Amino acid sequence: MNTNEPFNLEYAPAPESTKIVNIAKSYDLFIGGKFVKAKSGKTFSTINPATEEHLSTIAEASTDDVNKAVKAARKGYENYWRDMPGKQRARYLYRIARQIQERSREFAVLETLDGGKPIKESRDFDLPQVAAHFFYNAGWADKLDYAFPNRKVSPHGVVGQIIPWNFPLLMAAWKIAPALATGNTVVLKPAETTPLTALLLAELIQDADLPPGVVNIVTGAGETGEALVNHPDINKLAFTGSTDVGKMIQKAAAARRLPLTLELGGKAAHVVFEDAAIDQAVEGVVNGIFFNQGHVCCAGSRLLVQESIAEDFIARLKRRVALLRVGDPLDKNTDVGAINSDAQLTRIQELVESGVAEGADIFQPDCKLPAKGFWFTPTLFTGVQQSHRIAREEIFGPVLSIQTFRTAEEAVEKANNTPYGLSAGIWTEKGSKILWMADRLQAGVVWANTYNQFDPSSPFGGYKESGFGREGGLQGLSPYVRNAVGGRS
Amino acid sequence: MNKNLPVAKTYKLFINGAFPRSESGYTLPIRNTEGQLLANISKASRKDLRDSVRAARSAQEPWASRTAYNRGQILYRIAEMMEARREEFIAVLESTGETNKEAVGQVEDAIERWVWYAGWADKIHHVLGTVNPVAGPYFNFTMPEPTGVVGVVAAEDPALLGLVSRLAPIIVSGNTAVVVVDAEAGLAAVTLAEVLATSDLPGGVVNLLTGDKHELLPWMLGHLDINSVDLTGAPKDIDQKVLEESAVNVKRTVWGDQADESPYVIADFLEMKTVWHPIGR
Repeated sequence: MNTNEPFNLEYAPAPESTKIVNIAKSYDLFIGGKFVKAKSGKTFSTINPATEEHLSTIAEASTDDVNKAVKAARKGYENYWRDMPGKQRARYLYRIARQIQERSREFAVLETLDGGKPIKESRDFDLPQVAAHFFYNAGWADKLDYAFPNRKVSPHGVVGQIIPWNFPLLMAAWKIAPALATGNTVVLKPAETTPLTALLLAELIQDADLPPGVVNIVTGAGETGEALVNHPDINKLAFTGSTDVGKMIQKAAAARRLPLTLELGGKAAHVVFEDAAIDQAVEGVVNGIFFNQGHVCCAGSRLLVQESIAEDFIARLKRRVALLRVGDPLDKNTDVGAINSDAQLTRIQELVESGVAEGADIFQPDCKLPAKGFWFTPTLFTGVQQSHRIAREEIFGPVLSIQTFRTAEEAVEKANNTPYGLSAGIWTEKGSKILWMADRLQAGVVWANTYNQFDPSSPFGGYKESGFGREGGLQGLSPYVRNAVGGRS
Repeated sequence: MNKNLPVAKTYKLFINGAFPRSESGYTLPIRNTEGQLLANISKASRKDLRDSVRAARSAQEPWASRTAYNRGQILYRIAEMMEARREEFIAVLESTGETNKEAVGQVEDAIERWVWYAGWADKIHHVLGTVNPVAGPYFNFTMPEPTGVVGVVAAEDPALLGLVSRLAPIIVSGNTAVVVVDAEAGLAAVTLAEVLATSDLPGGVVNLLTGDKHELLPWMLGHLDINSVDLTGAPKDIDQKVLEESAVNVKRTVWGDQADESPYVIADFLEMKTVWHPIGR
């Protein structure tokens, strides 16, 4: 065999069956333990971004509907949840966790249908993490006295929560599980392009016999979110999404001194030193930016590679990127799925065009994209200047900007030269350098010789304009209680 | 009676370890309860605020890079220097209307705050940091780090204790501070600055501006190089629009309680950094 011939890496199709899911023609709002029609009568369509096929018609919550949901949450808080012993709250959360595990495949397929992410990610990452978050936080519900020594903490009351479309069910779990464990009730608004798994979770919550009003789910877009943010009877807000929207929410909350957590955008530096384990680093960098089509707030979207190895490293990276399988998210072999929406695709295209226009060199492998749906070829940019938009702005897509550095000091300076501070990556085999770098990188999560690892026991959240407050771990509980961390908002 | 006419002290701003007058040239008269002039205190301008932020930013990384042991020692040194000048603090507080009993109590409590927080410098990591049992072959830990430059609006009543109760937990972890104080509470604050200047605290770690809070606050909340603001002593009638300014760079805003003495106050001005590393051979 001629070794210069490329290997044939074509796989036979291996589609996951969609028979396991049963999508209703339409979905109502989940308020007070029941599915109720939106007063507005308005609806919107949710589609499969891989095919552009209509999946279901979703109720759009108006201000009136949000009022109703907050009222239900208040009742749920006062009548059931606030005074329920922690041990009982824990039992409910454990029950939800178990039922999620039992119906895990169904949720995974639905997540992939509605959001476009590869089934291997929804099945092997999102769903196990969702269940784990409920399990982890369940255990805290009756142990809060040990979480905050010398303090008697109490819940805020009704919490408004707004989540994004990149990890729809996982973000719901990150929000709901700690809020419930600490004794709050919630009104959750899923993203308008990915409401289905949250609504299936609502069905599961009914099956789990959670008292009415403890979890309420209102579907809709920006206006629904605004109604929730501005609702006078909300005691705390938690938002995950873009920095722009986060700032608007902070403004609204600041005037009312409303406790707030924000998990916002990022532009993470992924730093590769010459003494890194190169092949592992290539894998790490690829995982860092192409995981979930790059729709990840902590994506390693800026590669900083040491100049001495840059040429070789970039060549290896290109070879690896050319092997990514882009296509049908339901295919078990797919690495990169569909872009979540037409709007997001347009944004990615616009930023990539700006990269070319500003003079960076683009690399895109030959890649057959499906005719229908929203797709974007995995893209690398070399020759990127710090001033380029692709080096400064969050693209939230499968696009990596590559820059080089000579010294560790320069790597730190370039890495921190951004208003964001969510995450960072380091690749070197030298332990002392890892700790030296980790100390200096202004980021809430630092992955050394790995990337994009998550765990319910591990706090996640940003520095600077990537937000404040943590999700996960012991530190993830304090935003949901009064009197632990004084008055930060 | 003194043979000579008493030499009155000039009360100035405290920026980057020095005591400049306001670049604006403005002052505000402070009088005692009998109407006698105590001081023409400096009225800080927007430019003074900007200079202070620059000083605080330059001082932040070096201050945070000191060992926790060293920061603890410096906070304790502040307590020592206050103790040495307790009579002066008591006199200042009395001159602005406190009874002797109140003044003595406040000074003692303020000294105790420095001692108490000094001890936290090398203990907050134990209490607020964690090693996290992630479900995989990774070593994973979370450690607190200072947020950066903190804008402080100190409570005015009690003037000395209100300021110390917020300043000590803010700087102990490695933050630097820009404090704004209303002129009326400025005498105690500037006297504290004179203690800070002689306590081995590096210049720029604490910067103190006397003047008009209403005027200084919007500039502070809108400043892009301030990471966090402590609004514990913010005026009750503060404009909502002014508060909205804090969103410009996602500032952490804290509404605390000057009576609160706890590591959770320190935590309000910390960021949590989580580091992952694989475990393998």
